[in-house]
Amino acid sequence: MTRYPGCLPLTSPAAASSVTGRRISSRPAWAALVRRSGSSEEECPQGVDPMAPGNPIIMAVGPLVGLYPLASKTVAMFKSPHTGNLGESQAGGRSAVAIRMAGYGAIVIRGVSASPVYLVVEGSHVHFRDASALWDLSSAYTTGTIMRQRESGAGVRSIMRIGRAGERGVTYASVITETFRHFGRLGLGAVFGSKRLKGLVISGGRSLPVADRRAYRALYDQIYKAATESPVMKKYHELGTAMNVLPLNAMGALPTRNLQSGHFDEAESISGERLAAEYLGRRVACAHCPVACVHLGTLRLPYPKEPYFYKTSMVGYDHEPIFAVGSLLGGSDVSGIFQLLDEAEVQGLDVMSLGVTLAWATEAFQRGLISEKETDGLALEWGAYPAYIAATKRIVKQPNDFYRALARGAEYAATIYGGADFALTFGKNEMPGYHTGPGCHLGYLTGARHSHLDSAGYSIDQKAAATGKTLTPEDVAAGLLEEERWRQVLTSLVVCLFARGIYTPEIVFKSLASAGFVCTNDDLTRIGADILRRKVAFKRREGFDETTLRIPKRILETATPLGVIDEEFMRKTIQLYTENV
Amino acid sequence: MAKRLSVLDAGRCVGCQSCMFACARRPGLGGLAASSIWVKSAGGVRKGYVVVVCRACPGPPCSRVCPTDALPLRVGGGVRLKPELCIGCRNCVEACPFGAVLWDGEHDKPEICVYCGFCAPYCPYDVLKMEEMTHVER
Ligand code: SF4
Repeated sequence: MTRYPGCLPLTSPAAASSVTGRRISSRPAWAALVRRSGSSEEECPQGVDPMAPGNPIIMAVGPLVGLYPLASKTVAMFKSPHTGNLGESQAGGRSAVAIRMAGYGAIVIRGVSASPVYLVVEGSHVHFRDASALWDLSSAYTTGTIMRQRESGAGVRSIMRIGRAGERGVTYASVITETFRHFGRLGLGAVFGSKRLKGLVISGGRSLPVADRRAYRALYDQIYKAATESPVMKKYHELGTAMNVLPLNAMGALPTRNLQSGHFDEAESISGERLAAEYLGRRVACAHCPVACVHLGTLRLPYPKEPYFYKTSMVGYDHEPIFAVGSLLGGSDVSGIFQLLDEAEVQGLDVMSLGVTLAWATEAFQRGLISEKETDGLALEWGAYPAYIAATKRIVKQPNDFYRALARGAEYAATIYGGADFALTFGKNEMPGYHTGPGCHLGYLTGARHSHLDSAGYSIDQKAAATGKTLTPEDVAAGLLEEERWRQVLTSLVVCLFARGIYTPEIVFKSLASAGFVCTNDDLTRIGADILRRKVAFKRREGFDETTLRIPKRILETATPLGVIDEEFMRKTIQLYTENV
Repeated sequence: MAKRLSVLDAGRCVGCQSCMFACARRPGLGGLAASSIWVKSAGGVRKGYVVVVCRACPGPPCSRVCPTDALPLRVGGGVRLKPELCIGCRNCVEACPFGAVLWDGEHDKPEICVYCGFCAPYCPYDVLKMEEMTHVER
């Protein structure tokens, strides 16, 4: 086990706390990592099998973590087993603060262990704990409980772990952190599993000196006040992102029954308003974030064998999970939705890819592309949660070829069973919960990680719908690029994207300056564009080709608030984006 | 009357650590080493949080076990830290039943609450409040 799992402090505690005026261009979080030895190629060998020991896992934080609120994300980079290309996934919880407080700018994990382990990083000490007894535990909750009880650092630690889905290589397995937060997308859980790495516990409690104490406190107060009082943050702390359900539905942009429609008659039952009124049990926060956007619903289930006996659990909900396993599966039974979300948490699955994959399977079942022979007796019907929960367990267990295919996502399953026209994947990644117009889908198609968070195309659509302006490919390509470049800066600083309205360029400069990094507007613009270019170059190196990007036919069939999407418009915009990236 | 920090209702705590960071920021530091507040989950996030602060006891055990009198009593309850007397033995950490004596590993000294109340306004959900002490002198 010579090289595994190596944990390299990329910034020594001394370096990270130095307050001399370094230029930021020497260390943006994402680039510093991947370019640690000069280029991305050096960390991730060309053509590496994502499940092979050579696939690196890089977890990076940024210079504002531990100094300012809402700089609370960890960016994980890896090669994705789901898309076979660039993997990037971001999680909050306590992960970012714990990594920085332990004295690290990034953690790099390579190789494979001979037997299951979990890693414990306590400041400068790294321990390898035998995890063979934890392997194949039925619930990722239990794994978290055991690590919590065995390890120190309560309150200032992050506990990341995988479930069975990661162990068994489901290509959209997640890494769970602190329960209810996830490195959800693109299959980091499967990469952990391929290394026989069950989890990672990291803790520490350093101090971070600043250049000017008084200025630091003043700027802190400005950011803190905006985070707690500004209207731009209100939706996150009141109803949470689930407040999007009703407005999207009203405009016909809520993907329903595998996007056969953009309108869900029963949307009211799964709305943020309804969930808050009837189910919201607790709100929790990521470390160093006063917003507390994490909404936990209570799931109260009777025990069938005894009257007056209940089990009450907490289930995290947001717009994306509600769309993915609610409207997209044609279901409005909140108890069923919560049980399916809970099952995804137990197994350690990305709930968005799971929902979209199950939606494809349901439509394929209805159209007779698959039958109970493939599903092994399960009747996949819209809103049939007991069947969906059973199917989810089988996706992890993989008892036959059909479930082995579903374990690789909707696009792969469609190559075997047909139905690609309604497999809602973009760059092989399953879609998010917006069908607002061409902009959102172009964002999923072109974005470096094929996520709605890359470039917020839905916002371009919504602005056009509000102003009545007709979109042109030029406008959309330029809008996506501009937003995605700026988001490279924010995500490299690991500022939560919910705080993008607070971390304006001016605040970014000021906060960086107090952390000891001097930069100009030009620097930031150049760095953002450069990071995006490098990501795209990496993707092309690994075989990504914009000209052959698959546009699922379904998105062209179901009208959006901006009308029916024209394929020519899409191709033209992709071409413009590609030329200008 | 002496004041102390009260935990009004830990059931409202969201675990945001705003108070912990505020405590460290009062002397102008980022990070957590200088914080004397400790918020941890009550056995996993699902169960909510435990908020540990110094309750400024009238007969503080931390003070009694200090071999060098580095934790003299504060008038009205609680203690003060005389860092020059502290030898870093950690007896005080062991003695506090709440776990409210945290350890600053960077200086090898306890982090002792100074009852300044700087943290309380940063709690977004009014979990923490500075209050006049009402406990009975023993
Ligand atoms: S600031 Fe308030 S809500 Fe946040 S951790 Fe402290 S006590 Fe809890």
